Amino acid sequence: MSGAARLGRGAALALFALYFALPLLSMLDFSTRAKGDAVGRTGQAWANLFQDEDLRAAIITSLLLALFTAVAMVVLLVPTMIWVRLRVPKASRLIEFLCLLPLTIPALVIVVGIANVYSWVTYLLGDSGLTLTFAYVVLVLPYAYRSIDTALSAVDVGTLAEAARSLGAGWVRVIVSVILPNIAQGVLGAAFVSVALVLGEYVFASLLHFDTLPVEIALLGKSDAKTAVAASLASLIFASVLLIGLSFLHRHRRSPS
Amino acid sequence: MIGGRRRFAAAAPALGLVPFLAFIGVFLVVPTLTVVATSFQGEDGGFTLANIRALGSEAALTALWHSLILAGSTALIGAVLGAILAWLVVSAGPTSVLRRLTLAVSGVLAQFGGVTLAFAFIATLGFSGVLTEALRSWPGVDIFGSGWLFGLPGLIVVYCYFQIPLMVLVFVPALDGLRVQWREAAVNLGASTWQYWRHVALPLLTPAFLGSMLLLFANAFAAYATAAVLVSQGNPITPLFIRAALTSEILLGQANLGFALALEMIVVVAVVMGLYALLLRRTSRWMT
Amino acid sequence: MTVAAASSSTDRGLAVHFQSISRLYGATRALDELELAIEPGELVALLGPSGCGKTTALRILAGLDTATSGTVLVGGRDITRVPANKRDMGMVFQAYSLFPHLTVADNVAFGLRLRGSSSTARRARAREMLELVGLGQQGSRYANELSGGQQQRVALARALAVEPTVLLLDEPLSALDAKVRVQLRDEIRRIQLEVGTTTLFVTHDQEEALAVADRVGVMNAGRLEQIAPPAELYERPASPFVAEFVGLHNKVSAVVSSGVATVLGASVPAIQGSITSGSGVAMVRPESVSVAPSETGAASVVSVGFLGPISRVHVVTDAGDTLMAQLPSSLAVGLAPQDRVEVTIAPTPVLVVAG
Repeated sequence: MSGAARLGRGAALALFALYFALPLLSMLDFSTRAKGDAVGRTGQAWANLFQDEDLRAAIITSLLLALFTAVAMVVLLVPTMIWVRLRVPKASRLIEFLCLLPLTIPALVIVVGIANVYSWVTYLLGDSGLTLTFAYVVLVLPYAYRSIDTALSAVDVGTLAEAARSLGAGWVRVIVSVILPNIAQGVLGAAFVSVALVLGEYVFASLLHFDTLPVEIALLGKSDAKTAVAASLASLIFASVLLIGLSFLHRHRRSPS
Repeated sequence: MIGGRRRFAAAAPALGLVPFLAFIGVFLVVPTLTVVATSFQGEDGGFTLANIRALGSEAALTALWHSLILAGSTALIGAVLGAILAWLVVSAGPTSVLRRLTLAVSGVLAQFGGVTLAFAFIATLGFSGVLTEALRSWPGVDIFGSGWLFGLPGLIVVYCYFQIPLMVLVFVPALDGLRVQWREAAVNLGASTWQYWRHVALPLLTPAFLGSMLLLFANAFAAYATAAVLVSQGNPITPLFIRAALTSEILLGQANLGFALALEMIVVVAVVMGLYALLLRRTSRWMT
Repeated sequence: MTVAAASSSTDRGLAVHFQSISRLYGATRALDELELAIEPGELVALLGPSGCGKTTALRILAGLDTATSGTVLVGGRDITRVPANKRDMGMVFQAYSLFPHLTVADNVAFGLRLRGSSSTARRARAREMLELVGLGQQGSRYANELSGGQQQRVALARALAVEPTVLLLDEPLSALDAKVRVQLRDEIRRIQLEVGTTTLFVTHDQEEALAVADRVGVMNAGRLEQIAPPAELYERPASPFVAEFVGLHNKVSAVVSSGVATVLGASVPAIQGSITSGSGVAMVRPESVSVAPSETGAASVVSVGFLGPISRVHVVTDAGDTLMAQLPSSLAVGLAPQDRVEVTIAPTPVLVVAG
């Protein structure tokens, strides 16, 4: 490559890097500023993540929600997708359509229409923020579906199942002991994406009046901007670690793209 | 009857799908149908077109127009800049560090919506934001002005932050799909680099580019959280108008206006995604 | 770019001349001082196992790869530094090279379009080339609607449309079904003879190379082991590698003295390149081995494989040599495992190597 071209590339990449790094660095700077006009740094905003009661409660709620959603998604989606491949292949188009539907219907729209459904849910299960699990499973469906679908496509599910069945395994055995281990990477990926999504979800939580981390951060923004920024950065870092860890998972087991 | 039993046995495996279908039915299909149905429901519960007509009111139309501008401009900017970045990454080689790093970071930033993004920009360009203060002290420029960050122009700048990485994620596979044999064949037949791009690469990439841009459009149009945090007053865009309708901040006499607005959103996104699906089919026919 | 005159008088109108071409990847020598001369109008096949350098040589000629050292001359002109898009060559790739967004006719006319041909001229030429490859009616279809064999025909038409100086074929049949392969290779030869373009054909299939080429060059580890007309390559291999790679053979112990090898009792001339005296291993072609049922024979049948017009009979001699004989099936009728047979070696010259 010519010298001028190389220089141009480098400059372009540097500009992009700057554009993306700036807000992130700003968050770090902003959240560690000393009070008022004082010079120096303080970790007070970050300490509030543990000290502020509301914030702490919201963090715990969101983390639990993330866990519940990931588990519920796996329990609901994985057996269904395997079942479709093994026994009801004609339904695969339908399942795919339904799983990708949440991409086309904005979350905001679903929230608007879900009020009735959720009044039943809270009536039956109480009004903890954890009931958001049901709605969140719907929101993560497209991403989870794609991850698991890719993993299932890389393995010849039909042949594996037939081989296991011919050796005497029942259907449950087939799913749990034979197929699951082979798609573990895809399932894990789906779980990671679900967690990342739940930690940042705001539409449902705020409009249904539940107190999750993003809702609390938004509330804090009006009174204590620094803590809000610190909490935002913390949740971003957490989600990034998850997602980047995910991409390393992919590197160890190359799947066809 | 034997026939009936056989039919049942044949249909039995389908029962395994019931949990999933029931779940989707309750938590996705029912809300969507509720939105559609309630749009046509008046305060008294009877059928009415008043909500739909209210969509034509000046406030609603302005909000829609702004939403379209927001989605359109960020889709265009995101698509162009994202395509450039995608090309820079792909041309570095399939196993380069740059590629892996950029794709990993894009994966994170594309999901980086909502609240976190809003505060990132408040920390940067807000009244006491890092960049604002820096520019205030050194060149003496007041970049904050009257708070443009908290209106439509601000949203445009902020949305690009996740549109560009999203474009990278969606467009890199298209660039990967450009087979090396096409380039070599073109060169062998006498094409210069420019001719290769003009006659082969660009025509092949155009459907993927347009499709990706549509995806970005739908993504921005439906986005809520960032705008909800940045904009506390007024309803410049449709999603925020819905927020207002739901929290009854405005009383227009149409109780179910929020539902009609939601229906409007469904229609817009459905149209865009429909076009996207068509373009996707064209691309996959060529590139697989 | 300077136009160098023919670098030596021996070039005298050679279409292509590789002079001492080497290609190194770090420490690996993909090509090791390759010398190859191709006459105008000739079809030369480069044959060899994967990694032998045949594709590298082709790509260096095409300009898609650069030699580390050495010169390439085309028609006496040094083109080593000429960029790939200015070399006036036509190339057919193994697969996937048709532009998917263009019709078959537009694909064929692509090179002409780049050269500024008028649209009528392009269309006429495209039609002409498609007729040549037997696809005259397929002009308005798209690549993904055609079979593999048809796609390769289009690729050929596209390469020839610009009347290239040299036609380059990079394993054009390797991705196709067996039957299509045989059909298409005869087609390619027919077309090449009709058009008369100098052609370099790379393949790993020795049957293919022998069937289409004027001369076949066998490559191994970056070097050309032997280049000769197919019959000569087959009957007089210059090295054990060539003998092993081209056609089937039996390895039988033999004793050589003064140019004659004694193999299983028969006296057979030893070809040039064989050891001159002492014991070694003779490479005997299956069709030079014949078996006949005989109670007193010194060998017995292990298995008989029926291949249609010919049969291959595996035998083991009492002395322990295993051989495969190839005979017309009519002569193998009735042979069964355990039968006693008499083994005869025909007096066709053989290569005897140290062993």
